[in-house]
Amino acid sequence: MQNNIQYSINYLMMKEIIRFELNHEPRELELDNDLILAWALRINFGMTGVKVGCELGLCGACTVLLDNEPVRSCILPVSEVQGKKVLTIEGLAKNGELHPLQKAFMKHDALQCGFCTPGMILNAYGLLMKNPEPSRKEIIEGMEENLCRCGAYTRIIDAIQTAAKEMKGGVAL
Amino acid sequence: MKKNSKTTDQKVPEKTSGMKRRSFIKLMGGGVFVLFYVGDPFKLLAQRRELPEDFNAFLRIDEEGMVSCFTGKIEMGQGVITSLAQMLADELEVPYDQVEMVMGDTDLCPWDMGTFGSMTTRFFGPPLRAAAAKARNVLTDLASEHLNLPPSQLTIKDGVVMDQHNPEHRVAYSQLTRGKKIEKEITETPPLEEYTKFTVVGEPMLRRDSRAKVTGDAKFSADIRLPGMVYAKILRPPSHGATLSSVDTSAIEGMEGVELIHEGDLVAVLHESPQMAELALSKIKATYTYDELDVNDKTIFDHLLAVAPEPSVSEEGGDLEKGEELSHLVFEREYHNSYVAHAPIEPHTALAVKEGDRIRVWASTQTPFPLKDQIARVLDISPNKVHVSPPFVGGGFGGKTSNGQAIEAARLAVLTGKPVMVAWTRQEEFFNDTFRPAAVVKIKSGVTKSGSIALWDYSVYFAGSRGSEHNYDIPHFKTRIFNRSWTAPPGTHPFATGAWRAPSNNTNTHARESQIDIMASEAGIDPLEFRLKNLKDEKMIGVLKAAAEKFGYTSAKSPSGRGYGIGCGIDAGTYVAHIAEVKVNEKTGHVQVVRVACAQNMGRVINPQGATIQIEGCITMGLGYALTEEIQFDGGAIHNKNFDTYELPRFSWTPRIDTVIIDAQHEDPQGGGEPPIISMGAVVANAIYDAIGVRLCQLPMTPERVLKAIQKS
Repeated sequence: MQNNIQYSINYLMMKEIIRFELNHEPRELELDNDLILAWALRINFGMTGVKVGCELGLCGACTVLLDNEPVRSCILPVSEVQGKKVLTIEGLAKNGELHPLQKAFMKHDALQCGFCTPGMILNAYGLLMKNPEPSRKEIIEGMEENLCRCGAYTRIIDAIQTAAKEMKGGVAL
Repeated sequence: MKKNSKTTDQKVPEKTSGMKRRSFIKLMGGGVFVLFYVGDPFKLLAQRRELPEDFNAFLRIDEEGMVSCFTGKIEMGQGVITSLAQMLADELEVPYDQVEMVMGDTDLCPWDMGTFGSMTTRFFGPPLRAAAAKARNVLTDLASEHLNLPPSQLTIKDGVVMDQHNPEHRVAYSQLTRGKKIEKEITETPPLEEYTKFTVVGEPMLRRDSRAKVTGDAKFSADIRLPGMVYAKILRPPSHGATLSSVDTSAIEGMEGVELIHEGDLVAVLHESPQMAELALSKIKATYTYDELDVNDKTIFDHLLAVAPEPSVSEEGGDLEKGEELSHLVFEREYHNSYVAHAPIEPHTALAVKEGDRIRVWASTQTPFPLKDQIARVLDISPNKVHVSPPFVGGGFGGKTSNGQAIEAARLAVLTGKPVMVAWTRQEEFFNDTFRPAAVVKIKSGVTKSGSIALWDYSVYFAGSRGSEHNYDIPHFKTRIFNRSWTAPPGTHPFATGAWRAPSNNTNTHARESQIDIMASEAGIDPLEFRLKNLKDEKMIGVLKAAAEKFGYTSAKSPSGRGYGIGCGIDAGTYVAHIAEVKVNEKTGHVQVVRVACAQNMGRVINPQGATIQIEGCITMGLGYALTEEIQFDGGAIHNKNFDTYELPRFSWTPRIDTVIIDAQHEDPQGGGEPPIISMGAVVANAIYDAIGVRLCQLPMTPERVLKAIQKS
């Protein structure tokens, strides 16, 4: 990973060190509080799986996990991650072995253009952390704020159900 | 010879290709190349389209036996990355997983007018197959020499050519191509494989790009990073029709790292951080003069009728007066639909950079080759100085045939000398979109005592002509098209309009199939029976019956209280019928679509899995324009800024979807990405009527409109 810590020193008055864990590794960033997490992840750390679709937290494409809780990174100041764990789609597979949710999305063809997919998977991950065996209705409620314009919703629901079965006995992170 | 697979021996000079054929082949190393023109040049000429002038390869078989398929088409979710590979694998007789797709790159791929109109399989498929057949012939000839056997004695399986009497006597494609550079041009159509021999085509295949898309590896335009790149934020007027008269940029002077560009109509601020660029942009003060159309989302329909041009008659038969005389019941209705946004989740995005005397552009575009020409015109350079590479495109639906963001990025890259990223915000997306046009359809129709349609007098204003054919067996009919396209002369629409998934056809099918339902109901005949009674076209009858069977439809006059709605039509050569079931909350006006069955006859199906997914996607997306999607505006000012004021279908809307694809493998393949959306307005309107006996003739059928219609009745 390219070290981009110097990124904004030239134009920022206030500097603060943000220390956090990104995809299981300690990271730090010298930045101001106004920096939005989605941009920091994409630009400073190259995590381009974090998609920006609306910049108001309305579509869910930018969803990442913050201490296992799905958050909309497009409206979250980077200062909020101080001392916490951030997981993006790039950190979900373990040693090349895909997470059951990723496998289930592939198995069910639960995506078309793929732009909303990282947000869908991470939001589903957060849902399964709280409720390992959700009903169809609970999946719909839990996913309601994530938008897919291609219309893959039914397949995404099926994929989450498949992954939930696969993961029975605990979510491995 | 198969339809659409004609090729030509006409010599086309290699004059505008960015990269000359020789250098291309040099770059790509050894192997067998097949070069020729995309599409049928005679057809292209007839359509007055620019002849394809580049000479790029369609496919290459490398020295390891890997096959690269070069196509000017792009992948935006519709799945041709999978289905084209299937077609190539079968025709070339190589394993499917040895086919690699190279898509949309204007330096590497054959010219293509764009990925729209459900045309990839229909019109790119045949020449691709011809290229593969040509390569197969070349390889067979080489094998014949190598094995010292006549070609007639050879058979091919999985990229290996063998003696049909002694399969151990064999040679692999990779051995034949090793150390060789062979170029072949298509001068005549080689015999294509019989469809009965296909083993990959017709098999349901999972998407081949899904692993990249579930891991975050898949690169979209915004994900391309270049050293020294900057983000540009561009000053937008508050409304369409507003012209910049003065601009005050003093507040951003001295802002560190901010670069200001003001050239003609383009005012942009650039910074290495998109947030800082946005902040700087917000400090710019501007004044405008206004010359907007005096129209809003309520008055637009009267306005459209007032400014309508002279119509053209697209189909006519019999005598309308006679038709009216024969009619026992005559119905006159007017149908409206609002402007609708494309709203892909990936906004329009482009990165442009000068590379020597050329410019390279990565863009979310459905039309990389036309974009190349557009950029050349705007920059006043030769098209061969422009190289467009579309990475994965995050949804298009017709909206990314318009490439404003890429032109902006290219201009700014030249002006600044830096790599420039232009990524529209959601608000810009809702402002700069080329919306599906608001439109009006007027129908006067009549039915005889015995329930036959005798009269069909149809006028469509500003939707366009696609799907305006009535499809039924009607003796007296006339169809008038007021403005043939989805774009219109200035003074018509307050902002840009364009092609939106199955353009024209959503409007036409909504009106036609609603009117058919009205006649069926008033004639006291079950709406399915009424359609079947008035149809002669066996394919349409076939899809209606198949949909009814899948749905478990039983006959009843409408309104039956069950909430069932039927609709059918033709788009991109494909026949499609839907039946929906809805529940209407008469207190809130909320409509829930509970289930939809869809039957489709699309000829030969390349990837049944992909086709099914397109049906599901179309049904889901279609619920939006049926129920909520609508641009609210006043003059040129658009009130919808984001997804809180423009409501897309969500998880909770999702109906149960059942699909049937008719077995028609003996027929040429037809379109798949658009047809199954065309009936969604009508089936929901018809189902609402069937549920509560209230007819809505305006899309979208919002809770407010449903309540109003209930009160009115």
